[in-house]
Amino acid sequence: MQAPVAATPVRKPGAMTVPDFLPPGLVLLAGAVLVALTRGGLRNVVVLGTPLVALWLTWQVPDGVVATATYLDYTVQWVEGSAVRRLFATIFCIMSFVGGLYAFRTARGHELAAAFAYAAGAVGVCFAGDLITLFLFWELMAIFSTVIVFCGGTERSRAAGIRYAVIHLLGGVILKVGIESIMVTTGSIEIRALQAQDFGTWMVLLGILVNAAAPPLSAWLADAYPESSPTGSVFLSAFTTKTAVLALILLFPGESVLIGVGLWMVFYGIIYALLENDARRILAYSIVNQVGFMVTAVGIGTETALNGAAAHAFAHIIYKALLFMSAGVVVYRTGLNRCSDLGGLFRTMPLTCACGIIGALAISSFPLTSGFTTKTLISEGAAAQGMAAVYYLLAAASAGVFLHAGIKFPWFVFFQKDSGLRPKDAPWNMGLAMMIFAAACIGLGVYPDPLYALLPYPEDADFYKPGKVLFYLQLLLFSGLAFFLLLPLMKRTETISLDVDWLWRRALPLAWSWAQSSLDAIRDKAVADLHDAKVKLSAWFATHWGGDGFFARSWPISATALWIAALLAAYVLVYFL
Amino acid sequence: MTDRNIHPTPKPDVPRVAPGSDDHWLSRPATVRAAWRVLGVVLGLLVLAQFLVPVKGHFPLENTFAFGAWFGFLACLAMVLAARVLGWWLKKPESYYGEADTPIDAGPGGGDAGPEAGGDDRA
Repeated sequence: MQAPVAATPVRKPGAMTVPDFLPPGLVLLAGAVLVALTRGGLRNVVVLGTPLVALWLTWQVPDGVVATATYLDYTVQWVEGSAVRRLFATIFCIMSFVGGLYAFRTARGHELAAAFAYAAGAVGVCFAGDLITLFLFWELMAIFSTVIVFCGGTERSRAAGIRYAVIHLLGGVILKVGIESIMVTTGSIEIRALQAQDFGTWMVLLGILVNAAAPPLSAWLADAYPESSPTGSVFLSAFTTKTAVLALILLFPGESVLIGVGLWMVFYGIIYALLENDARRILAYSIVNQVGFMVTAVGIGTETALNGAAAHAFAHIIYKALLFMSAGVVVYRTGLNRCSDLGGLFRTMPLTCACGIIGALAISSFPLTSGFTTKTLISEGAAAQGMAAVYYLLAAASAGVFLHAGIKFPWFVFFQKDSGLRPKDAPWNMGLAMMIFAAACIGLGVYPDPLYALLPYPEDADFYKPGKVLFYLQLLLFSGLAFFLLLPLMKRTETISLDVDWLWRRALPLAWSWAQSSLDAIRDKAVADLHDAKVKLSAWFATHWGGDGFFARSWPISATALWIAALLAAYVLVYFL
Repeated sequence: MTDRNIHPTPKPDVPRVAPGSDDHWLSRPATVRAAWRVLGVVLGLLVLAQFLVPVKGHFPLENTFAFGAWFGFLACLAMVLAARVLGWWLKKPESYYGEADTPIDAGPGGGDAGPEAGGDDRA
């Protein structure tokens, strides 16, 4: 059950209260510092141990506000517990552990440290009881996720990291403006259900939607995530968008504009993933697609739909990380990202291939996988509200997910043509991490009750009814048929797809260089004109004042004497008259 | 060369063979034909199963026969065609933005693997 929002008075300075346990976010942050400072075996212990400690501490956080502090005359509630907050923090800690297991032998120390600080930000957001705390951890995520993008270590990752940072800092500014506006107009900084109805609430909603990769700024996600290292993209796939979903659940449940935004994201992700050639970029677009399902669910806003959003976020983090791990092993072993360069890898990478297929089935909501038991909650939420159009669009999108991620990703990476590549399968730690998450995908699909028990509202759904299973099998397998029949239309091309970021990656530089060349032309013309004027002036002076000029001409003295005599005569005449 | 900068080359130590040189049973034409037949049978059974298992829909359209089958197929057809049409406009060569994929810091292990990268040889 969701705990009632504690009505702690704000704008009232009070003594700092500390909980009688360590906040899990701070433990992860301390872990990040230790990871940065240690080496070798000790660092491995920190990487694998800290998330488990944070996970245990997450379950010690009771409902309600448990830690406050005074900041700028406001009482900030830096730790507040509730079922949905613990649910998200739980999966973030699990993700940190399994991600750490996947990465600890190959990732650089500063990448691992950044990943843990990033996770600390995400867990901090989960337990933030007020908007100021939420904002602080929000920015912590922005900073350290940017570091992870930079850790890709290529020119492209550096450029993508800068674009990523600019978008997230912009989103942060929008969020901050909104929070300040709400503080000024209501005097309250509490996190509570809002409606987007005035400037402040709209700004907060927009700021959160930037992190959810909502339109028009969806492009940052598929731009940055695939440019990170094989291990970095696993961490990146988990935190930013899902904390945005949690923030939407806490702040904007039932905000109807989110239904349209979510549906747009769902189809944007599918279309762009169908066009894409880079294996990890396909997965990045499908994050936008899956987060679209969750955003739609928050917009529907009923208990079932909100349970669906939370449960789907939990399941999504697992199968999406699994897919990124599978793709990451391929990139790590071959150095290749593009589907057109890959293919036939099932021969020597059976474990990576099998885990990739399990992740792909889970994202497609195949019965007996976690996607089936969580995403179906969202569709049922739409149906229960009589939203036929939303329901049909979500069903079409479910088919589309199987198309773009469920089949396309494993098919083009592990099957299709034989690329001739025979790389080794995953190193043991990467394999173990994948197997843990693959088991979780199937476990939550077969027996979802432990997850349902953690949801914010009571949930006793059972989707394993013959009619329901048959419907989904028909939907998915006929999508599979469509994929193989339409394969000639989906031939891989070595291309990228333009997005809204074309405006600042192409149009803005073009406009800038056009403005620069125009200014240069104006300057050149002015310089040329001045030069012409100078030449003309010199010529005029030369004509009139030069050696042969009129004023420099020598005159005979007799003429001068005659003129003087004439003038004097005229003067004398005038004087005597 | 531009191509080398835009496209990462395989790591030199990736074992390679001539494509298709080993005759894996999964890639044989007979297996592919059999897979198509199995898919056809499974799809047929899924549609026929609706005579035995009623699918109770939430909305009227859902109660049409084999709704999941035809709706899933048509939705995918529409999305593939939409992507195809948008692709004419949106697809550009990979060098469009002119950013290279070359490592900035060519430390041990290259761009995406740290000094510990050698450790995986033990795997």
